[in-house]
Amino acid sequence: MPKVKVDGVELEVPAGATVLQACELAGKEIPRFCYHERLSIAGNCRMCLVEVKPGPPKPQASCALPASEGQEIRTDSEMVKKAREGVMEFLLINHPLDCPICDQGGECDLQDQSVAYGRGGSRYHEEKRAVTQKNMGPLIKTVMTRCIHCTRCVRFSEEVAGVDEIGALYRGEKTQISTYLEKAAKHELSANVIDLCPVGALTSRPYEFEARPWELKKTLSIDVSDAIGANIRLDSRGREVLRILPRVNDDVNEEWLADRARFLVDGLTHRRLDRPWLRLDGKLQAATWAEALAAVGKIKPGSSVAVIAGDMVDCETQFAAKKLAAALGSTLLEGRQTGLAYDTSNLAVLAFNTTLAGIEDADAILIYGSHVRDEAPLLNPRLRKAVKKGAKVYIIGPWWEPTYAATHLGDDAGAIDALPEDVASVFANAARPAIIIGGGALAKGGLEAGLAFSARFNLVREGWSGFNVLHFAAARMGGLMLGFAQKGGIADLVAAQPKLLISLGADEVDFAKFANSMIVHIGHHGDKAAHLADVILPAAAFSEKDGTYVNTEGRVQYAEKAVFAPGDAREDWSILRALADALGVSVGFDSFDELRAAMIAEVPSLGVEGLAPYGDIPAAPAGAHASGVIGYPVKDRYLTNAIGRASPTLQRCSAELIHGKIQAEAAE
Amino acid sequence: MADRHPEPDSPELRARWGQFAWTGDNAAKAIEIVARYPAGRQRSAVMPLLDLAQRQVGAEENTQGWLPLPVIEYVATYLDMPVIRVLEVATFYTMYNIAPIGRFHVQVCGTTPCMLRGSDDILAACKARGLKKGHTTADGVFTLTEVECMGNCASAPMVQINDDNYEDLTAESVTHILDELAAGRQPKTGTQAPGRHTVEPLGGATSLTAMVTGNHDYRGEW
Repeated sequence: MPKVKVDGVELEVPAGATVLQACELAGKEIPRFCYHERLSIAGNCRMCLVEVKPGPPKPQASCALPASEGQEIRTDSEMVKKAREGVMEFLLINHPLDCPICDQGGECDLQDQSVAYGRGGSRYHEEKRAVTQKNMGPLIKTVMTRCIHCTRCVRFSEEVAGVDEIGALYRGEKTQISTYLEKAAKHELSANVIDLCPVGALTSRPYEFEARPWELKKTLSIDVSDAIGANIRLDSRGREVLRILPRVNDDVNEEWLADRARFLVDGLTHRRLDRPWLRLDGKLQAATWAEALAAVGKIKPGSSVAVIAGDMVDCETQFAAKKLAAALGSTLLEGRQTGLAYDTSNLAVLAFNTTLAGIEDADAILIYGSHVRDEAPLLNPRLRKAVKKGAKVYIIGPWWEPTYAATHLGDDAGAIDALPEDVASVFANAARPAIIIGGGALAKGGLEAGLAFSARFNLVREGWSGFNVLHFAAARMGGLMLGFAQKGGIADLVAAQPKLLISLGADEVDFAKFANSMIVHIGHHGDKAAHLADVILPAAAFSEKDGTYVNTEGRVQYAEKAVFAPGDAREDWSILRALADALGVSVGFDSFDELRAAMIAEVPSLGVEGLAPYGDIPAAPAGAHASGVIGYPVKDRYLTNAIGRASPTLQRCSAELIHGKIQAEAAE
Repeated sequence: MADRHPEPDSPELRARWGQFAWTGDNAAKAIEIVARYPAGRQRSAVMPLLDLAQRQVGAEENTQGWLPLPVIEYVATYLDMPVIRVLEVATFYTMYNIAPIGRFHVQVCGTTPCMLRGSDDILAACKARGLKKGHTTADGVFTLTEVECMGNCASAPMVQINDDNYEDLTAESVTHILDELAAGRQPKTGTQAPGRHTVEPLGGATSLTAMVTGNHDYRGEW
């Protein structure tokens, strides 16, 4: 723990800290471009110069200098001021003065820091450098003349994403950042370089010229495109959410966000259900709320009611639907739309118990039937970190391209019972072994086989729980906590042949099996379910309502409402409340607050932000056996939910990046 | 330094170089080069292997050699590293030619010492001989480039042609050298000044004169 003096104030800094970190601990702001907490140190922008004694009598790059005992650091001396002005002047030599037409304007590190640390004018009269435009695909817009060669994007793609695709070509002033042969950046986290870029060289292509940051209202929310529950910020103007950015949460998403979560934003304004619809003579006809509710009231289902929850609904909606079903006398609730029927009697075996941050410490990991890069893009960098620390990774299930060294153990779920000798010894000798069971394995009886694996290698031990289930649906853990699960899965609902089937945005269900039911779809997008529904009641997307979400770890998180739902659409809970009136029953709440209070009264852990307690993992059932070739639930990384399928940006990503179709650029 | 750009990726380029593989000799050399580095650090061999590949391309088409994209990709695959990392190296160092080049790559130094000693005349002589900066002659024999300091300031002006340096040049001597090379003969390398062997002072030693004939211990005289 070296003691250093920053601007005359003595403080102790952690061993291994850099001078820059020491200055930050002392509360001094150090300007920087290339330095980033989550990337390796490059030391090439020179903006973080400070004066350090003892040392050479010249300014030193604080980001790359270790703090050591007895250093005297000055961030406020004349030398530092002059050095910063000098560096800034050099950086601006080749940076165009195009802030008025640059999307980064208003949230640009270079802009802010040149105001704060620059000298206020340029003495440069020679020609400026110009760089040819580079193609980086449908998500990233490039204006490479603005690039200051900080190489954050290069380091991100190499270190965090693990996909070496961006590089710095040529040298010196002629350096250019490019992908190989200007191919599109293809991996699932590619757009994070937009956030990392300290200038306007890499900006969001779909958000091009949309808004200025000071016009936007910022709302804290939770991503619903997968079960990781990434913390996001919705930037909205008027009634439209214009962009989605990640928030920092070291326990969940660090500060990254998957492309499909970031760019589904334009799906929120496309293909929306903004008025009720009724099916008359086999055709959907526009209706009023009164007509639609009356039509539902007319069926008089008695207790023959079932509810299917979609992948993106919040806990409140599910709870309101549960109350409605209960008031009618039914407990037929299900959320696993594709027919999974694993045992849900103990939620501890269905959570990601190691936690997303904790998996980085694992030293042997078995990925059992999960395409992690498709199903949980933000988990993959964590696994990569674990591998960098020396973890061994094994994959059971059809091979996919991980971004780290991994061994394939076969496509069949049964491979878990017949581990090769060397693999078994790795897990037997590991200090912190872990298993990650994905949906593909759950469908083949993998839960019980996983428990047997856990018992065999003692995955749950003092101070370590290595048993993890990785869900894909954002609504899953919340739904399970609220009882949206039948013993036989959705087959139980099919067998019951309910008169009234309420779909809460359930777009992945095979509704053909419910031919005799009246299907009431409470959803926000005109997707698969809307085509087959008898009554469509337009609801709010995740951005248009307050809600509680529980991620795959069992982490309870709250999202806030950013904008109002379009047209006649209403928040889900109020629709269910109105349905209760139409069906002549009482659900016991008249406002969202009452609903939430009732929900927390029933499931107290939903009222506490953070990991919900699920208790201990039970013993493995005897004779557990998994078999069958594993199939992954995600067929198209970008089009995984109703919002994504409606998004022109993600449709284009799917067409170009997955199906290889080249779309002609409109003439500019 | 002329602007460098890799030869664009085209079906013709793929057809010509897509099948690139080490020749027997070079395959052995490549194994030997990779073996110089610890196991798992084979990426360290990227620079010598790019040079080897460039020389093999040169031998195949009787030029100084260059690096077509498929060849860069071959080296990347050979070393099991991302191709963008190899391209970064190849574009960084100007001694890797990333576009087609002539039989002889004439690199004329134009930095201050050479310029003061008459590199402008050298360039003019090259121009008179039909060479154009940044271009290859129509017969594919010469490519002319103006480069920065090559470290031969004591015998300026100089040119580097392929692996050899030619120093103490005059317009006549550089024309002679180019003629000889074009005719398929190997001119004298190194200094072209009569009576000079390497870079010793013209007209005899001016310092350490006692060392000219034999070893002399100066330490007592300090």
